[in-house]
Amino acid sequence: MENNFDTQSYLDMELLRFTTAGSVDDGKSTLIGRLLYDSKSIFEDQVEQIEQTSKKKGLEHVDLSLFTDGLKDEREQGITIDVAYRYFATPKRKFIIADTPGHVQYTRNMVTGASTANLALILVDARNGVIEQTKRHTFIASLLQIPHVFVCINKMDLVDYSQEAYDKVVKEYTDFAAKLNVKDVRFIPISALHGDNVVNRGENMNWYEGGTLLHNLETVHISSDQNLRDCRFPVQTVIRPHSDEYHDFRGYAGRVAGGVFKKGDNVVALPSGLESKISGIHTLTGELEEAFPPQSVTITLEDDIDISRGDILVRSENRPEGQQDLDVMLCWLNTNPPRPRAKYVIKHTTAEARAMITEIQYKMDINSLHRLEEDKDIKMNDIARVKIRSTKPLFADDYNVNRVTGSIILVDESTNETVAAGMVR
Amino acid sequence: MSDNYSLTHLEELEAEAIYVIREVFAQFDNPAILFSGGKDSIVVAHLARKAFFPAKIPFPFVHIDTGHNFPETMAFRNQLIKDLGVQLVVGSVQESIDEGAVVEETGLNASRNSLQTTTLLDTIERNNFDACMGGARRDEEKARAKERFFSHRDDFGQWDPKNQRPELWNLFNGKKRMGENFRVFPISNWTEMDVWQYILQENIAIPELYFAKERNVIWRNGSWLPVSEHITLRDGDEPQMKMVRFRTLGDITITGGQESDADTLEKIVQEVASSRQTERGNREDDKRSESAMEDRKRQGYF
Repeated sequence: MENNFDTQSYLDMELLRFTTAGSVDDGKSTLIGRLLYDSKSIFEDQVEQIEQTSKKKGLEHVDLSLFTDGLKDEREQGITIDVAYRYFATPKRKFIIADTPGHVQYTRNMVTGASTANLALILVDARNGVIEQTKRHTFIASLLQIPHVFVCINKMDLVDYSQEAYDKVVKEYTDFAAKLNVKDVRFIPISALHGDNVVNRGENMNWYEGGTLLHNLETVHISSDQNLRDCRFPVQTVIRPHSDEYHDFRGYAGRVAGGVFKKGDNVVALPSGLESKISGIHTLTGELEEAFPPQSVTITLEDDIDISRGDILVRSENRPEGQQDLDVMLCWLNTNPPRPRAKYVIKHTTAEARAMITEIQYKMDINSLHRLEEDKDIKMNDIARVKIRSTKPLFADDYNVNRVTGSIILVDESTNETVAAGMVR
Repeated sequence: MSDNYSLTHLEELEAEAIYVIREVFAQFDNPAILFSGGKDSIVVAHLARKAFFPAKIPFPFVHIDTGHNFPETMAFRNQLIKDLGVQLVVGSVQESIDEGAVVEETGLNASRNSLQTTTLLDTIERNNFDACMGGARRDEEKARAKERFFSHRDDFGQWDPKNQRPELWNLFNGKKRMGENFRVFPISNWTEMDVWQYILQENIAIPELYFAKERNVIWRNGSWLPVSEHITLRDGDEPQMKMVRFRTLGDITITGGQESDADTLEKIVQEVASSRQTERGNREDDKRSESAMEDRKRQGYF
């Protein structure tokens, strides 16, 4: 943080959400600590607290991984057990980190952290190269369609900062990732412990021509990650002020999930299929000419048609299909396995219905990426391709086309817990 | 906003918070906004106004009154309630003490901070609120870093960090049994800096305590505590006039000010940008132990 802070440039910053996954010893917590520490995002009182704790533990250096430690149980056990969110900003961007543990039993946390991320940071230990966990993280990043993947090849200090060691890992990873749908992959050789190529370049890897991790985080192009082609506006609630000034106002409140809606556009409300024209896009600070994702606005239509929560406004020439039988890649999140023929609540955008898993096609072995056609026994942290039957048609898109309108969750009616997350195909 | 269809980080955070507030309205029967009079809850109130414009905010505001308030906060609260035309529900810690539900702390560092939890839970129960929105942020404290937007509470109002529902995409699950309720945090993803920038950008009115001014204070535990009828002066306490401002507004007995000459929003933003201390560093309630916040949260604190 700088003293001569330029207020206007801060107001013009973009937001980048990224997820990190890693296990206890691959240096993930140290990396995040290093990123926060070297970008001066850590406050003095936090530094003092960590210094004290490091001393208490008998450590000679300040343990940067302690910055990202969360709850009491974890501090005692020395492991992270859930998704923790961290924030930092540089003069160029604001960052939200969804920090998740990387063990196989924490697939659900990785999926949760990945669901809202623009970017995934994957850590590889330079000594070990691509291991099962690397594959698992990459698979989840591709499954959740995270647009950018940064592979940080860490602990370069332990392989003498050797370019050969780095090249070997890059090749291993590239060969493996070719099988997956990962869009933008970058490799960065780093030492989280010593700080090389995290925020500062350091002197140890002059052979590396790319930017530091922070430089890449600050400059990766993210504004094209949104779907601006297919107009989708799920209605959250209807706004009726009943006041003298806005006596006949009937607005549909929601967040644009795709495409650009303009005043005067012809739209169709689904499921009714009734057509009308956008008469206004309203916000507290005035009307807008157009609205795009992920803006929250209120839309009024020229005709008084019956629209309520769960309906979706789209363009008439580009409509999602109403589906009652959905083909879904499902991640099971709950300790109770799915019960055969059990009914769940399915939530899709603002719509809700009851649903049943009618068929389990195969389970994924997320380490080998093999399909397990015989093993259909779904437990917590499993990922499986399933068929889901819903009591009413859901206007879903392919998840690969739109992450908002292509995602669903299942809620157990007896416990009210969120038991599964799914990506529609 | 630029022509290439991208939002600034404040616009994106605002859109997210409005979405969350509207989800609360749509998914719950009897939601409320927890309003402390501090900047974070003022921002939540502003976002709620945006979420339902041109309709009025469809929630009552709940204030847990410790009786140890800054007089300025109370005046500000009353004016805002009037301007927004919303209902105010007050839960009184003094009443909880009078009814014997809680016992007042004694001694030099006595505070009513921890007593608020009982009053809050009582107020929720008496009014059958099924969701209470608050201005807590994940960047405030490490126990809050894992908080959900929709935070489930059992029928004792307790938070179990290991039994929280996973939150994916923007699909929030507000389903609950009778007696259970939710705390909802629309500005979870905001930092202190975002809040100040937003207040500046939107020109939101805030209590003047946030601005630097000559105030009568004493030096205690590393910060300037305001002298008031609620504070017990010790030997050696020397009340003096200092140019101070408050970074957070809690109870008058535990909220320390810092020396500052930031008397405009622009200056506050610059000061926050160059600050090397966390904002809760001046809160006595967090200094009690390393996991003070987590312990209070488990019991049902804000």
